[in-house]
Amino acid sequence: MTRTSAEIQKIRERVHEDLMIRLDPKAKPTPEGGRMHIMVCCGTGCTSSGSMKIIEGLEERISGAGLASEVKVVKTGCFGLCAQGPILMIYPDHIMYTLVSPEDVDEIFESHVVKGEPVKRLLAGEEDAEEISNAMESVDFFSRQMRVALRNCGAIDPENIDEYIARDGYRALEKCISEMDPEEVVDLIKASNLRGRGGAGFPTGVKWSFAAAQQSHEKYVCCNADEGDPGAFMDRSVLEGDPHSVIEAMAIAGYAIGSGQGYIYVRAEYPIAVERLSIAIEQAYEYGLLGHDILGKGFDFDLELRLGAGAFVCGEETALMTSVEGKRGEPRPRPPFPAVSGLFQKPTILNNVETYANIPMIVLRGADWFNSIGTEKSKGTKVFAVGGKIKNTGLVEIPMGTTLREIIYDIGGGIPDGKEFKAAQTGGPSGGCIPASKLDTPIDFDNLLELGSMMGSGGLIVMDEDTCMVDLAKFFLEFTVDESCGKCPPCRIGTKRMLEIVTRITEGKGQPDDLEKLETLARNIKAAALCGLGQTAPNPVLSTMRYFRDEYMAHVIDKKCPAGVCKSMLQFIIYADACKSCGICKKNCPTNAITGDKKTGVPYAIDQDKCVKCGVCMEKCPFKAILKNA
Amino acid sequence: MNKVNMTIDGIQLYVPENYTILEAAKEAGISIPTLCFLKDVNEIGCCRMCIVEVEGAKAMPAACVHPVSEGMVVRTHTPRVMEARKVNLDLILSNHNARCQTCSRSMMDCELQALANKLMIEDVVFEGESAKLPLDIGTSIVRDPNKCILCRRCISACKKIQSVGVIDIVGRGFDAHVGSPFGIRLEETPCVNCGQCINYCPVGALKEKDDTAKVWDALYDPDRVVIVQTAPAVRVALGEDFNMPIGEPVTGKMVTALRMLGFDQVFDTDTGADLTIMEEGTELIDRIRGGGRLPMITSCSPGWIKFCEHNYPEYLDNLSTCKSPHQMFGAILKTYYAEKNGIDPEKIFVVSVMPCTAKKFEAARPEMSVNGLADVDAVITTRELASMIYDVGIDFPKLGDSQFDDPFGSATGAGVIFGATGGVMEAALRTVADILTGQSLDNFEYEDIRGLEGIKITTVEVADLKLRAAVAHGLGNARKIMDAVRAGEHFDFIEIMACPGGCVNGGGQPLQLSEVRSWKDVRAERAKGVYREDMKSFIRKSYKNPAIKKLYKEYLGMAGGSRSHELLHTHYKARDNYGKSPLPE
Repeated sequence: MTRTSAEIQKIRERVHEDLMIRLDPKAKPTPEGGRMHIMVCCGTGCTSSGSMKIIEGLEERISGAGLASEVKVVKTGCFGLCAQGPILMIYPDHIMYTLVSPEDVDEIFESHVVKGEPVKRLLAGEEDAEEISNAMESVDFFSRQMRVALRNCGAIDPENIDEYIARDGYRALEKCISEMDPEEVVDLIKASNLRGRGGAGFPTGVKWSFAAAQQSHEKYVCCNADEGDPGAFMDRSVLEGDPHSVIEAMAIAGYAIGSGQGYIYVRAEYPIAVERLSIAIEQAYEYGLLGHDILGKGFDFDLELRLGAGAFVCGEETALMTSVEGKRGEPRPRPPFPAVSGLFQKPTILNNVETYANIPMIVLRGADWFNSIGTEKSKGTKVFAVGGKIKNTGLVEIPMGTTLREIIYDIGGGIPDGKEFKAAQTGGPSGGCIPASKLDTPIDFDNLLELGSMMGSGGLIVMDEDTCMVDLAKFFLEFTVDESCGKCPPCRIGTKRMLEIVTRITEGKGQPDDLEKLETLARNIKAAALCGLGQTAPNPVLSTMRYFRDEYMAHVIDKKCPAGVCKSMLQFIIYADACKSCGICKKNCPTNAITGDKKTGVPYAIDQDKCVKCGVCMEKCPFKAILKNA
Repeated sequence: MNKVNMTIDGIQLYVPENYTILEAAKEAGISIPTLCFLKDVNEIGCCRMCIVEVEGAKAMPAACVHPVSEGMVVRTHTPRVMEARKVNLDLILSNHNARCQTCSRSMMDCELQALANKLMIEDVVFEGESAKLPLDIGTSIVRDPNKCILCRRCISACKKIQSVGVIDIVGRGFDAHVGSPFGIRLEETPCVNCGQCINYCPVGALKEKDDTAKVWDALYDPDRVVIVQTAPAVRVALGEDFNMPIGEPVTGKMVTALRMLGFDQVFDTDTGADLTIMEEGTELIDRIRGGGRLPMITSCSPGWIKFCEHNYPEYLDNLSTCKSPHQMFGAILKTYYAEKNGIDPEKIFVVSVMPCTAKKFEAARPEMSVNGLADVDAVITTRELASMIYDVGIDFPKLGDSQFDDPFGSATGAGVIFGATGGVMEAALRTVADILTGQSLDNFEYEDIRGLEGIKITTVEVADLKLRAAVAHGLGNARKIMDAVRAGEHFDFIEIMACPGGCVNGGGQPLQLSEVRSWKDVRAERAKGVYREDMKSFIRKSYKNPAIKKLYKEYLGMAGGSRSHELLHTHYKARDNYGKSPLPE
C-alpha cells in the first residue's frame, strides 16, 4: 500500500526510536526494537564463510530461551573488514566480534546475550585486546575511515526499507521533488563537485546537466553495477548492504534530468546483490517511493534490473547500454554521447553505484558539506577494495587526499610477515602501479593519473617484495586480452601481441627490442582503440615499465626474475652443506625430479629438466637446505 | 542544413553540420584511408584506420563516424596519426592469412593490400599467433575466416540490407570471428546465397565457390557440346574487371571472348527471359482471370526464392511457378535444341554465366532437371568468366564484337532489362498489355517501376484490368513488402529481386572497392547500360521474338501448356530455420 509523506515520516520516527540503541549505548529499549541487536554481516564474503549458519544458530538459541522479542538478530551489509569475517556487531554494547564461526554461537549466546559478558577471544582489534567497546571508534581500521557511501552498510538491515527510512532514507528524494526544481537539483550536484566513482571521474552534475538540457519525452537513468575490475567489490557491498540508497539516488536523478525510467545493470554473478535489489525495488514500489505519482508529488519513476553476463567491457557506458538493449555488449564510438543519444537512442545518464550512494547525502547535507571533504579537485570520499599482501583485506572508505601510506599501514595494518612494500596497483586492468617512493602522495583522481595510474573503480592491490612486476603486468594483460570484445584491431590484436611479448619475457625468451616494441604498441593502442577498455589496457605495462624498468631489463638481458616468480628462470637448488639427506624432499616431489640416497651416499640433487618449480621441496625441507635461485 | 566552420590540415572549410570528418576531408581534397567504412552500409568506426587528431580530444576519433562541429580543428597526418595507423595496419596484417599469391583478390580487388601499399608497410613488425579456423565451403559461397579482418561489412550487408542476418561476430577478443549461430556452416543456415557479403568484403575472406575447373574440363572434353549462355547483367559489368568504365556494355567483346575460350555455342539468356515472359505473363493473366492466388510474385531471383522458402512459406503458392530464365533455357537446350540438331542431350554441357552466386545453388536443386538431366550443368559468375579470360591471356578490351549464335541470337530489349530492378515486371507488362488489348501498344516504357527507390508501387491499367503492382529489390525491402502483404495489403503482381538494384548488383558481379562504392552508385551506372541496350534493341517485346514464336510453334504449343509445364515450371518447398520449421504451428 502506498504511503503518504506523513506516513513515511511516522515510520521514520518510530523505527528511529527502535534503532536508537545502535547509536547510543544509553538509549532506552523500545517494545518493538528490543534491548539488544546482533548485527551479522551478510555480505558475499561473510555469507560464504558461514554467516547464515550463525544467524540460524543465534535465532534458535534466542527463541528457545524465549528472548525473541528482546534480542534481535539483524542481517546486515558489509562492515569492510572482510579478512576477519564473519563479523558480528552487538548493540547497545558496541562489541564487535571477528572470525566468528557457527561453533561460537553457543558461547556468544550464553556469555554475551544472557550474562552480558563479552567473549574476549573473539573481539575485534589487536589479538591481545582485553576490552573493546565501540570498535568503530577504537579499532584503527574503522576509526580512520569516513563512511559516506558506505554509511548504512553494516548499520541496517538492507532487506527492511523501514530501517533505511529511519536513517533519513528517502528524505532526500522527498526534498527534491517537493521543495526543489529539477534545475536546482542539477545545480546542487554540480556545486558539490561530485565526480564519477566508476573510473574516469567525470563531474556528475555536468553529466546530468547535459541530459537535462535535451528536449525529449523519453530519457533514461542508468546505474552501472557491472563492477568488473578484479578485486573490486565496493559496488557489490553497497548494493548488498544499502540498496535503497542507489534506488533513491536514481529517482532523484530521474527527477533532475526529466526521466521516468531507470535501469540498474548488475552482473548476474552478484546473486545476493540482485536479490536485495529486487527486494528493495519491490518495497519501494509498495511504499509508493517508486512508480506513479511518488509521495503524491506528481513525479513518476520506474526502475528495473538488467542482469549482465559478466563481460568486463559491459562496464563501458556505450557497451552497457547496448547490452541493456538486448544486443551483444560492445562499445560504439562517441559522439553521440549518451547524454544526447544513449539507451534506445534517447538521452541517458549513466552513473556508478558508489556515485549514486553519495547523492542522497549531498542533497540532505548540502554541497558545502561535500566540498569540505577531500582535495581541491576531488571532493568527498572514495571507497577502496584493499587486497593483496596486506593484513586487513577489505573495504575502506577514506576522504580524498588520504595518502597511500595511511591506507596501507594505518588502516590496512601493513604488510604481513614483515615483508617490504613494493608497489600498489590501483584502477585494476586500466590502472597502473604506484611504487614505494610515492607512498605519501595524497590519493585523488588527478594525482593518480599523474602517477600513471588511475582511480578506476577503487581496487587497490598491495604487493610486497615477492611480486614480480613483469608477471603482474602479464596478469592484467591476460585479463584485458580475455575481456576485449574484439571490435577494434588495436585492442583485439594489439593487446594480444603485448601479452605475447610480456609472456616471452617472463619465460626468459625476451628479445632486446621487446621493450621498445611494447612501448610502441602501448602508445598506439592507447591512441587508436575504440573505447576506454582498449585505451587503458596498456597502462599496467607502461606503469610497471616506468617504475620497474630494471626488473624488465633483468628478465630480458640477464634472463633472471629478481622476485623469483617467473618459473622458467627459476631454479631450486639443494645446498649440500645444509642437507641432512633426510629424503623428505624426494618423497614429496610430484615429478620425481630429486635424486639422492642416504645409504649409498649419493648426494641429493634436483634434475632441472624434470622440475616443475612447484616449490614443494623447499617448503617441506626441515633444514632450509633448498633455496630458490633466481 | 546548418553549416559549420572548421579546419582540416590548415584548410578552412564551411561544411554542412551533418558531415563526418571523412566527408569534410574529401571535400578538401584529402583522402583519409578507410577499411571498414562503406557509406550507408557500414559506418561503425571499428577498424580505426581513419583515425585523425582533433584538437582538444585525448584519443583519436575515427573520421568516418565523427561528426564535424563548429570550430573543430582536425589534423589528418601528424606523426602521431601516421604511426597509429601504421601500427594498426601492421596488427591487422599480422592476423591475416597473407597468401596473396593464391588469393582471388590480390590482382586488383584487395583493399587491405592497397592500404598496405599506400601506407608503405615494409614488413609486419608485430608478428604473432594468427587465426587458424576451418574454411566454410558451400555450393555458392566460400568463407575463409583466416583472411577475414573483422571489418563487419558482410554482417551489415547480410543483416541491415538483406535482413537475412545469418552471420555475426562470434566469440570475443582475439577469438572473435565472423560466424553463424551454433558454429554451423553457412549453408546450414537460412543463408540465401545472394553473395552481397562478397561484394562488400574488402579482402578474400568471402568469394563464390569456384566452378571454372568444371567448365574447363567440359571445354577440353572432345565428346561434349559445351553451350554457354550469358545473363543480361553480365554484359554491363564484365568490362569492369578489365578496367573499363562501370556499366559499359561489352556484349560483342564478351561473345568473342567466349568463342575464343572454346564454347561450341554462345547463346543469350535474354532469350530465356523472353520465354519466361511468355510463361509468366500467361500465368499472370490466368491467375487474374481464373481467380488464382494473388499477388503473383516473380520467381527469377533464386536468392529471393530461398528467402521466401525460409521466411514466408505460406506464400509459396503466390510465387510464379516459372523457372528462372537460364533454367528454362537450359531445359530447352537439352530437349528442343538437342532434338532439332540431332545431339544426344547427355552430351550437352550447359554453362550459365550469371551475375549471381545464388544461381549456383539454384542449378543444383533437384527440381531443376528434365528427364534426369540437370537443366544447367555449371554456373559461373561474371567474375569467374573474367578470370577465365585472364587465364588464357585474352586482351579483352582490344577484342572485336561478335554476335550471339542463332537460332537464339535475337533476344529482345525486354529480355535485357531483366538485369535491373523493375525490369522483369516491365518486360511482362509490355507483353501482357499487348495480349490483353490485342494491339501493339507504342507506350511500353514503365518509368514508375524503374530506378533505385527501395519499394516502387504503381497501378497499371491495361484493357479492362487495373493491376496494383509493386517492385522491391534487396531482401530488406522484400521483407517490408511481404510483411505488408501478410498484413492484408492488396497487390496483383510483385517483382522481387534479392539484390539491391537487381541483377546488375548481384553477388557475382565484378567487385568495386569501397572507395568507389561509397561515393558512386554502381547499381545506377550498370542499370543505365541495361536500358541503353534495351533502347538499341530492334525488338523490345518478348512475344515478338521470332525464336520464341518458332519455339512455341514447333515444340511447346501454347504458353502455359502441358509441355511448358513439364519443362519450364517448377515448385518450391518450405525450408527450416536452424532446425525449426518456418510454418506456423
